[in-house]
Amino acid sequence: MPDSSPIRFFDEMSEANGRVREHYAAFSEWLEGQSAESLASKRAEADLIFRRVGITFAVYGDDAGTERTIPFDIIPRILPANEWQILEAGLRQRVKALNSFIGDIYHDQDIVSAGIVPKEQILANSQYRPEMRGIDVPLGIYAHIAGVDVVRAGAGEFYVLEDNLRVPSGVSYMLEDRKMMMRLFPELFSLHRVAPVAHYPDILLETLRAVAPKDREDPTVVVMTPGMYNSAYFEHAFLAQQMGVELVEGQDLFVDDGFVFMRTTRGPRRVDVIYRRVDDDFLDPLAFRADSSLGVPGILGVYRAGRVTLANAIGTGVADDKSIYPYVPKMIEFYLGEKSILNNVPTYQCRKEDDLAYTLANLEQLVVKETHGAGGYGMLIGPASTKAEIEAFRGALKKHPKKYIAQPTLALSACPTFVESGVAPRHIDLRPFVLSGQTVTMVPGGLTRVALREGSLIVNSSQGGGTKDTWVLEL
Amino acid sequence: MLSRTADHLFWMARYIERAENTARMLDVNVQTSLLPQSEARSAEGWQAMLGISELREKFVAGGHSFSPRELMDFMVRDAKNESSILSCLRAARENARAVRGTLTTEAWETYNTTWLELNQLLRGKTLERDPSAFFEWVKFRSHLSRGVMIGTMLKDESFYFARLGTFLERADNTARILDVKYHGLAEAGQLVEPLPDSGRHGTEPTNYRDFYYWAAVLRSVSAFEIYRKVYRDVITPSRVAELMILRGDMPRSLLACVDEVRSNLAKVTNDHSQETERRAGMLKAELEYGRIDDILQMGLHAYLTNFLERVNDLGRRVSADFLVLHQA
Repeated sequence: MPDSSPIRFFDEMSEANGRVREHYAAFSEWLEGQSAESLASKRAEADLIFRRVGITFAVYGDDAGTERTIPFDIIPRILPANEWQILEAGLRQRVKALNSFIGDIYHDQDIVSAGIVPKEQILANSQYRPEMRGIDVPLGIYAHIAGVDVVRAGAGEFYVLEDNLRVPSGVSYMLEDRKMMMRLFPELFSLHRVAPVAHYPDILLETLRAVAPKDREDPTVVVMTPGMYNSAYFEHAFLAQQMGVELVEGQDLFVDDGFVFMRTTRGPRRVDVIYRRVDDDFLDPLAFRADSSLGVPGILGVYRAGRVTLANAIGTGVADDKSIYPYVPKMIEFYLGEKSILNNVPTYQCRKEDDLAYTLANLEQLVVKETHGAGGYGMLIGPASTKAEIEAFRGALKKHPKKYIAQPTLALSACPTFVESGVAPRHIDLRPFVLSGQTVTMVPGGLTRVALREGSLIVNSSQGGGTKDTWVLEL
Repeated sequence: MLSRTADHLFWMARYIERAENTARMLDVNVQTSLLPQSEARSAEGWQAMLGISELREKFVAGGHSFSPRELMDFMVRDAKNESSILSCLRAARENARAVRGTLTTEAWETYNTTWLELNQLLRGKTLERDPSAFFEWVKFRSHLSRGVMIGTMLKDESFYFARLGTFLERADNTARILDVKYHGLAEAGQLVEPLPDSGRHGTEPTNYRDFYYWAAVLRSVSAFEIYRKVYRDVITPSRVAELMILRGDMPRSLLACVDEVRSNLAKVTNDHSQETERRAGMLKAELEYGRIDDILQMGLHAYLTNFLERVNDLGRRVSADFLVLHQA
């Protein structure tokens, strides 16, 4: 079990003896030459620019005057190219296997017959969509866009924390953070060979066009948003603009005669591929939540008939659930015949009696999460919790053991970060984005999130997290 | 393009134009309140503001008193007043935000920065210290918003719908500004025809008070210098009316606005829009070949009332033809 004490963690920039790692050498030297005042003024400039550009998220229930920016840290997270290559291979492998898994469970369920994943783990999962049974999707791809959360722990090895296969967000921050760094510190980019990421929207568009319904020569692609008050609205608008496609809301679309159309100033126009940033539940009020005003009545029928493509597909949530997560390494073996390149975090499934007993006996050392939770809510971080908090969680666990999994508390790696007290280590994670269409593609890097509070392991922006630019460096 | 997108662009442009015109009217009031005049007359000017914007009822319902201070706050920073400058700039920015992907980066940032700066200005007491400087700022943000569209945007439907919004709103606002005297006098209980010299082509100078009044009207639409240049003569009400209604080369005149409405409509034409285009063309032709004497014969207020109805009709028809979400 990894050590849970907050002191020992992998430092991205320096070795244990204080020597700066090779890939941080040039940066470290540059950083030495910067005064705290100049860094602070650069940080203030970044915040100002983010506000002016409107890279903000709305705070629910507030008016337009109280949008927030996500704190941006001016010290990049640097990965050497050789480490990135391993990570990239591992992520491609993982997403390929997950796509095969989703296709399998909505068709023959070979993995269940083979006795690898228990049937009830799938059928009893609220994210399993019986509507998808027997439906063939273009190229057999379900999760076209995946955002896999990766952390470094122990002596620096990578662990996958979570496979986000529904509507992962954050890619706009990856792109905007890079733009910001180039704007604030152009000199750094002549000192380093940083792999570019700006072509992400192009490969996203290529991916989406590749999965259009058959026989559509020049498919119409749109991005579908829940609307401008959604916290990720900036990203939706940004991606639509960068790809040069329409940003639609549910009310802009309608189903007629077996096809989906959008309402334009020149009449209806057929839509072929919808990159939807709306959850399954809200997509079609006739099929799912009847009270949804965000969706398009009847779209499920068109989708099932193969006359429109949804990206991601309906029903991918069953594969990124925390209760399915423990089976991913076995999926990789089963579908690809390969060994998993990236580590899974050891996971105790509290629905199992032994695992529950172990969890209850070791709550002080474990992280306990809800199987369907997200955003850093509904979880217990044992080492950072009070006795009372632990006891409260113990009650909840005993009552609904199936709702929870437990994992050892990982000592997340830390990266130097510019905080109030100067430059100090803060814990980080990484969300690279994997695009699956004709091929599986990635841009080098991803979104690095940083827990700005000292000692905190929670990187979510809803809980005081910030972001950093992520550099994959050719040495 | 998406009907909803066109709708947002249309309203984005309308709201910033409305904010500009409100600032213009308020500024004129501030300026004229510096002239020696009775308190009743000063109050009259402020109340006329409410009259032309059809906000009198709302103002009274809000429990405000008719002091210049409260009137100004109501028109500038009252979030409950949908026509206040604050509300207009917020609405403009919200509409821009809804279609930020359709705008150029510069265009979006202009609208967004306007909103951010407004909040700073209002916190910073600029309005209290130097109201004219504040109104000047609003005008220039509006100039900038238009300019950045013209200077950076592809001349496609997005651009034309925004332009439609600008000129429909300006046509409406210019007509209201010209009609202000009618409202002011009505408030003060002295309902007289505002143009005693109607029928003559205004050769005799008006009295001292009227001079300042009509000069203020001209200034509010940036037309004071234009008037001098065009007429090289004393200011008479009928010439002011002619300039602001019938002169196609005066960029805020009714003719200039309606001409822009007509030509932008022609560029977005679709299967439903023939009747709207016909009505716009007809209105433009009437302005183009109209004579100020005939208008004054009819009565300026009656004429403007009819004009406002027709502009509103065009606005409604544009919505119905292009912006409302048609199924087929």
